[in-house]
Amino acid sequence: MIARTLYDKLWESHTVHVEEDGTTLLYVDRHLVHEVTSPQAFEGMRLARRKPWRVSANLAVADHNVPTTDRSGGIADPVSRLQVDTLDRNCEEHGIVEFRMNDARQGIVHVIGPEQGATLPGMTVVCGDSHTSTHGAFACLAFGIGTSEVEHVLSTQCLLAKKMKNMLVRIEGPLARGVTAKDVALAVIGRIGIAGGTGCTIEYAGGTVRSLTLEGRMTLCNMSIEAGARAGLVAVDEATLAYLKGRPFAPRGELWDRAVAHWRTLKSDPEAKFDREVAIDARSVKPQVTWGTSPEMVVTVDERVPDPDREKDAIRREGMERALTYMGLKPNTPMTDIRIDKVFIGSCTNSRIEDLRAAAAIVRGRRLASNIRLAMVVPGSGLVKAQAEHEGLDRIFKDAGFEWREPGCSMCLGMNADRLEPGERCASTSNRNFEGRQGTGGRTHLVSPEMAAAAAIAGHFVDVRRWR
Amino acid sequence: MMESFTALHGLVAPLDRANVDTDQIIPKQFLKSIKRTGFGANLFDAWRYLDEGRPAKSDAGRPLNPDFVLNQPRYQGASILLARKNFGCGSSREHAPWALAEYGFRALIAPSYADIFFNNCCKNGLLPVTLTEAEVDRLFHEVAAFPGFRLVVDLEKQTVATPDGGKVMRFDIDPFRKYCLVNGLDDIGLTLRHADKIRAFEERRRFEQPWLFG
Ligand code: SF4
Repeated sequence: MIARTLYDKLWESHTVHVEEDGTTLLYVDRHLVHEVTSPQAFEGMRLARRKPWRVSANLAVADHNVPTTDRSGGIADPVSRLQVDTLDRNCEEHGIVEFRMNDARQGIVHVIGPEQGATLPGMTVVCGDSHTSTHGAFACLAFGIGTSEVEHVLSTQCLLAKKMKNMLVRIEGPLARGVTAKDVALAVIGRIGIAGGTGCTIEYAGGTVRSLTLEGRMTLCNMSIEAGARAGLVAVDEATLAYLKGRPFAPRGELWDRAVAHWRTLKSDPEAKFDREVAIDARSVKPQVTWGTSPEMVVTVDERVPDPDREKDAIRREGMERALTYMGLKPNTPMTDIRIDKVFIGSCTNSRIEDLRAAAAIVRGRRLASNIRLAMVVPGSGLVKAQAEHEGLDRIFKDAGFEWREPGCSMCLGMNADRLEPGERCASTSNRNFEGRQGTGGRTHLVSPEMAAAAAIAGHFVDVRRWR
Repeated sequence: MMESFTALHGLVAPLDRANVDTDQIIPKQFLKSIKRTGFGANLFDAWRYLDEGRPAKSDAGRPLNPDFVLNQPRYQGASILLARKNFGCGSSREHAPWALAEYGFRALIAPSYADIFFNNCCKNGLLPVTLTEAEVDRLFHEVAAFPGFRLVVDLEKQTVATPDGGKVMRFDIDPFRKYCLVNGLDDIGLTLRHADKIRAFEERRRFEQPWLFG
């Protein structure tokens, strides 16, 4: 038998049919649905007089548009409200399980899937959302799709796809104190570029990856799409099993044992060949801060804003100049001199309980710097929020002057009321620093939760490795 | 059923930036619509207008940014967008190709695209043509040099050519995608021809991994 990668195994085990040119009909085990990319798909299905192929494969939640302040009055913005109501109606009509806005289990789709055990090893998981790559932390093939594909999955339980290439990112060595999975993810993107993984599925392997918790692995896989890769993967190990055991949608009893026996096979064969391999020495990874308008525009916190004059490639130089103008930054400014206006701790990258614990540990007993106009913590789900409150983390944040909000995507993309004003500068734990992402004219610096928390207290970026 | 794509003879507009992301193609505030239409007026909204666009509000009379390339008179009516590498990176929003198509583009030419965006284009009869960096570079020079510069994109022959046929560039595309685009075929209809196979696959899976069907 030829040696296969984890991706090869997942691909082959979901192949229903192959066209002559390799286009494959791939079976979908889990379809996650949210309000932004699904209404046109349900409408299309209705117009074609079709029904969902397998209702129980779907799990829905509204996350992008929901308010993060008091929800008892519903959604004020009529356009957002219509989109959320439409999801409710579509799910009700077809009998799809949905965690509604005021359900304790509601949250960001990529947080609740794993939290509920709805994401399981060996599955194919798709969602009309590019950060579906997050779920690959559980050794399932998970990737984002467009709305036409959402309709395709609803109607056929399959997708038409072509196999990607195999890329291995091997990370070895211990991480320094204050250096997190987010920093590793940004360092990988800084190294291979935002198109470095295009056409590939990235498998993350090595001692550092195995030492990460499942939450850290999710952060890493989440950012795969920022490197151009539709999917990221981590093999199953004991930590994966421990995380899943007892989750509501996970198997129990005898089924659990059978599942585990299968899941343990979900790793790349030792001899498997990858099309591309990248090695990262974890010891060299420092806290990262982006300076520009793409996640590859990243430096370490002890560096300076790069100087376009030193860039030889004309297109890159122009891109850098445009980014610096947009970001309102001067070349060669030390990153730690950059003062910020707002802080956002949240998003499907960094809004899980460990992220909040890490940020709270930095904040404990301190106050926001006087130049911070708003600092908000938005838990990834209602259950994360409840757990954090149980541990008293909300008090720590509130005492420091942070706002403690209801779960959702929030200022990751500002589809609800949470956004930056033009020119405002934000330390954000989210995943995209594109122009206008957090609000028209807003300036985003991507960082880890620890770095965001420290910046909130100091008023500017600081090296958390030296935080006392 | 989508519109079929065979050959296109169209005016070319250049967008000379690398890594244009989907947040630029169609900003998030316009994603709240539950329809497939109405996005064309907000294509590249933040670059195209001087004020901030709001959903569910008319765009008529909004001040245009005269510096933005698509606002220049010479590119009005363009149906081919010439772009740089990694076009369409970022989110999975299909609103991006919807906006491009509604604006009037039928084909894109770039050295590379983000994967999800590429797929989404094909599902909407918007042909993403991939040429080499050198070819794209030359086209940028030619568009700048010759007002009214047009190209002929022929999907059947897999070529991009100047109207006089003086220059012909070949491009690759998966045969299956080409077949669907040329015939304007609905993927779902095609897939459902394999309904029995899907059912058989599903039954085997239910037997072997019953925990997936809980
Ligand atoms: S948190 Fe941000 S990146 Fe994640 S799903 Fe929501 S909008 Fe997308």
